[in-house]
Amino acid sequence: MPCGDAPPRFLQTSPEYAMKRLLAAYGVPMFQIARAFRAGEAGARHNPEFSLLEWYRPGFDHHQLMDEVAELVCECLGARPVEKFSYRQLFLQRLALDPFIASAAELEAVARQHLDAGNLSGDRDLWLDLLMSHVLEPGLGQGVLTFIYDYPASQAALARVVAAGDVNVGQRFELYVDGVELANGYCELTDAAEQRQRFTRDNALRRERGQSERPVDEYLLAALEHGLPDCSGVALGIDRLLMLVTGAADIKDVLAFDWRRC
Amino acid sequence: MANYSTNEFRAGMKVMLDGDPCSILENEFVKPGKGQAFNRVRLRNLKTGRQWERTFKSGETLEGADVVDRAMEYLYNDGEFWYFMESETFEQYQADAAAVGDSNLWIKENEKCDVTLYNGTPLSVTPPNFVELEIVETDPGLKGDTATGGTKPAKLSTGAVVKVPLFISTGEIIRVDTRTGEYQNRASKS
Repeated sequence: MPCGDAPPRFLQTSPEYAMKRLLAAYGVPMFQIARAFRAGEAGARHNPEFSLLEWYRPGFDHHQLMDEVAELVCECLGARPVEKFSYRQLFLQRLALDPFIASAAELEAVARQHLDAGNLSGDRDLWLDLLMSHVLEPGLGQGVLTFIYDYPASQAALARVVAAGDVNVGQRFELYVDGVELANGYCELTDAAEQRQRFTRDNALRRERGQSERPVDEYLLAALEHGLPDCSGVALGIDRLLMLVTGAADIKDVLAFDWRRC
Repeated sequence: MANYSTNEFRAGMKVMLDGDPCSILENEFVKPGKGQAFNRVRLRNLKTGRQWERTFKSGETLEGADVVDRAMEYLYNDGEFWYFMESETFEQYQADAAAVGDSNLWIKENEKCDVTLYNGTPLSVTPPNFVELEIVETDPGLKGDTATGGTKPAKLSTGAVVKVPLFISTGEIIRVDTRTGEYQNRASKS
């Protein structure tokens, strides 16, 4: 946001960095419901301004946090069975594809069997994202809570990456309910040097895609250097939870003024 | 024509895709939380009528298609082409069999219909939802039989064959729903 002659500032896309700075300072469990802003994301399940419930649990790994998320969501939607698949299991079972090993061309071939991808082109992650969002996601969490965990390292975002057998996995999870992606969590990356590298890599990727680079958040890096406790954290889409509670098919039905009306 | 980005796609917008004009029916934004954004778009190919879904990267653009709908009057058919006239400008257009398609079963000379023009040439013809046409051939009417609910085929002046109640006879004018090809009711005799 331009503000006089001062350099532009950005609305937060998530409260994550600020909460991690607090975690580094106080080391206690914490939560907040915060507004988050993502330009250009508008549709039946997206509004550029939306609400996240985000919380952190020092001492939890991502599996313990998944259990807590399930408890909360069952409290809101009524009791439901809970199932968990690793990202790799899911792709192997449903598509007979190993998402860690298959080449971009193999992933593309399977994607094109399922949908018309026109002239789409991209790296492995593009095809993984396409398969996940178009082919797998609609069937996930039908009448149950489905957690998918341990993502390819290239999709770890801010999760810790660990070796798991022959591959590295990002200790990240997603919750799907009735085909809707409801929450995203991590066993948090606490290594400042690794975090700096990921920022650098993200910016390289943004340059490649012709997007503007993002200033590196030095406050966050300083907090990580100071020391973030081992912890897991999760962000849950409040508007989408309301959609599930009320049976609304469009996010506009749970917002006072959605993007098209403001 | 202007280019449109996926986030501007709206139902009813006409765009060029794979060399054919297409109408956008639905545009759905799909994005995994931490991944790349896509738009899953439902389209109708205006040449073939085929409907299908294609996925684009968000932000991709398509060229707009020069497609407009005009109210016109159907004039005549010369055996090869169907001729239409814009009532206000008196400008005439000739449409081939591919553009007229099944609409030839419903259009009557000197009556109105909608003609879709692509680059100034008729691409498709849409008859009014209801038309009144004369029966030229059907089995003799069973007078008074309005109760049994039976039907029989009747051939109309345009060549269309529709099912009509048993009491309807040759020479009568009936009203037909062109979207379903179903008989509606008797119209007054011309």
